[in-house]
Amino acid sequence: MSNNNFEPVILGFACNWCTYAGADLAGTSRIQYPPNIRMIRVMCSGRVNPSFILKALSLGIDGVFIGGCHPGDCHYLEGNYKARKRIALLQKMLPQVGIEPQRVRLEWVSASEGGRFAEVVSEFVSQIRELGPNPLKEGS
Amino acid sequence: MMEEPRIGVFVCHCGTNIGAYVDVPQVVEYVEGLPNVVHAERNLFTCSEEGISAIKKAIPEYNLNRVIVASCTPRTHEPLFRAACEDAGLNKYLFEFVNIRDQCSWVHMREPEKATEKAKDLVRMGVAKARLLQPLEEIEIEVAPSCLVIGGGVVGISAALNLAEQGFEVHLVEKEKELGGTLLDVHKLFTTNEEASKLVEPLAQKVKDHQKIRTYLSTVVKDVSGFIGSFEATLDHNGTEEKVKIGTIIVAIGAEELKPAGQYGYGKFPNVITQLELEQRMKKGEFDGQNVVMINCVGARIPERTYCSRFCCMTAIKNATLIKESNPASKVWILHRDLMAYGVDFETYYRKSMEQGVRYIRYDLERPPEIIGNGKAEKVKVWHQLMDREIEFPVDMVVLTTPLIPRADNEELSKMLKLPLDEFGFLLEAHLKLMPVEFATDGIYLCGSAKWPIDLSDGVAQAYAAAGKAAVPMTRGYVKPEAITAWVDEERCSGCGICEPLCPFKAIELQYRDSTRVSHITEALCKGCGTCGGACPAGAITMNHFRDVEIMAQIEALVEST
Repeated sequence: MSNNNFEPVILGFACNWCTYAGADLAGTSRIQYPPNIRMIRVMCSGRVNPSFILKALSLGIDGVFIGGCHPGDCHYLEGNYKARKRIALLQKMLPQVGIEPQRVRLEWVSASEGGRFAEVVSEFVSQIRELGPNPLKEGS
Repeated sequence: MMEEPRIGVFVCHCGTNIGAYVDVPQVVEYVEGLPNVVHAERNLFTCSEEGISAIKKAIPEYNLNRVIVASCTPRTHEPLFRAACEDAGLNKYLFEFVNIRDQCSWVHMREPEKATEKAKDLVRMGVAKARLLQPLEEIEIEVAPSCLVIGGGVVGISAALNLAEQGFEVHLVEKEKELGGTLLDVHKLFTTNEEASKLVEPLAQKVKDHQKIRTYLSTVVKDVSGFIGSFEATLDHNGTEEKVKIGTIIVAIGAEELKPAGQYGYGKFPNVITQLELEQRMKKGEFDGQNVVMINCVGARIPERTYCSRFCCMTAIKNATLIKESNPASKVWILHRDLMAYGVDFETYYRKSMEQGVRYIRYDLERPPEIIGNGKAEKVKVWHQLMDREIEFPVDMVVLTTPLIPRADNEELSKMLKLPLDEFGFLLEAHLKLMPVEFATDGIYLCGSAKWPIDLSDGVAQAYAAAGKAAVPMTRGYVKPEAITAWVDEERCSGCGICEPLCPFKAIELQYRDSTRVSHITEALCKGCGTCGGACPAGAITMNHFRDVEIMAQIEALVEST
């Protein structure tokens, strides 16, 4: 159901220490990626309460990206592991409310991976473009 | 309850960095129409003196109680803008940063219209959060002027003496029955060839004589509780426990030599030994060998242990040199994969060893040397890369150069003090470049080979660095941790205990209030990650500055555009 005029709205959560810094590095390196993502900075990916993601999806946001530190690199030792468990569980639950689990994506991006940040965001944007608008969006 | 928010928004052109791609005047015009925004302006550089004074002027002029700067990244500029707010009498936690450069104008340079739309969305989300921001107060934690140094090797001793000389009280704990650590087994030191004991003994004596240092021998640290400023350590001396209160902790437990069981006849032939065992023999004058072969990188730089142990090439060169010096007629070969003799002194020392007749043969991991013998090592075979053929010669002593590996204590300390370990089990510092002797946990510092294998001079330098870092809060007498911490609303807490094991810093404990159980967070221990807040099923935990309501408002604000 890919739609050429469809511009996905994507919410991102980035941990302060790795992914947010990686996103900044993409900027300093002038690496271009699609302008569909809007980031919210949190101190740790472990802060992301699954209810934030559900809220976003219920409001019609087409995809939610969560970026944390690579395993072993968490500034808070193990917050990223907690995030991983929670997101995995959430992804199992999503089909039951009619949402594709691919609309939620957790990635590890370090502070030195500006290029990787741009890559995963670009990839995610095309993936959501393929999926089409969030079925919960009004009027869709 | 809360006064009506009056938000001032400062949108930065950052010269052309933002202004050339994002239509800044359009963003300002848009922002003016957002709820609770009473003032919006644009600056060529908000971080310039002019920009900062614009913020300071606008706060009283428009009676602002929230400030937003839409510019670069909080990672570099948040302290500056927070300070401007504070100068104008506004609590710094009422400041919100919106990143429209690094994460907007710079990454969407070819789509200026979309970049402008995104900037508007981001500012709108920032306004939504700013409306809900709360002022926070930083607590002051007193720091006791005393330090626990774990490990009585030369590195630990150096840290202890340095702190004691500065006037701090030091508790130096060593698990063996004397001070000196690994150096007690070392014969001589490269590149000076002085005896290790000549260095260790006076240092140990200095420690014993120092009034500010209390030494605990044959003692281990059994438990540590508390936080920076007021740790309490339980020391175990042969079953007798003692508690000491300290303000800071330095970890200097070193590492140990890998014993390469089963490799090159080690453990099978009596004349196959490690470098440290060679040193012990040389020290006692018990070394005897006419044809000595050393094999470097045994158990190092291999797939299961990829790291270079850094000092062992020099150890091999040193011991080879010493053998040649005491017996010039002897033959000494060093079989190596690459020689690491970095810097000025090491390279000179290495060249000198060649002049003295130490022979170097490079081998390949694919075709390692072979030790042949019956009851003892008698011959070595090695593929000579330059001659492109196998050569063979008689040996009466084989010395294996093995890396340092982490002590088992690393893992115990890691659990006790909540310190991270790397993939090999070495303790991991907070930041390789910017915080090389610190941990993310405040008040705990690291030096020596517990971090990765290093030689003595680097170890002593790290010891001074760790002592210098530990002295900072102890000299000041207090620390003020960020007020971005979590707290528990005891009325809403059901005492389920889900949060307690989630906290990697042991900041959460369940306490009893009369007959009900509630979760309690010690502010001084909380690092502000918010992992507990992300899990509390009762919504009883508030993560200050990143509260649920604030994040939900940001999410809702994003949708308002679509």
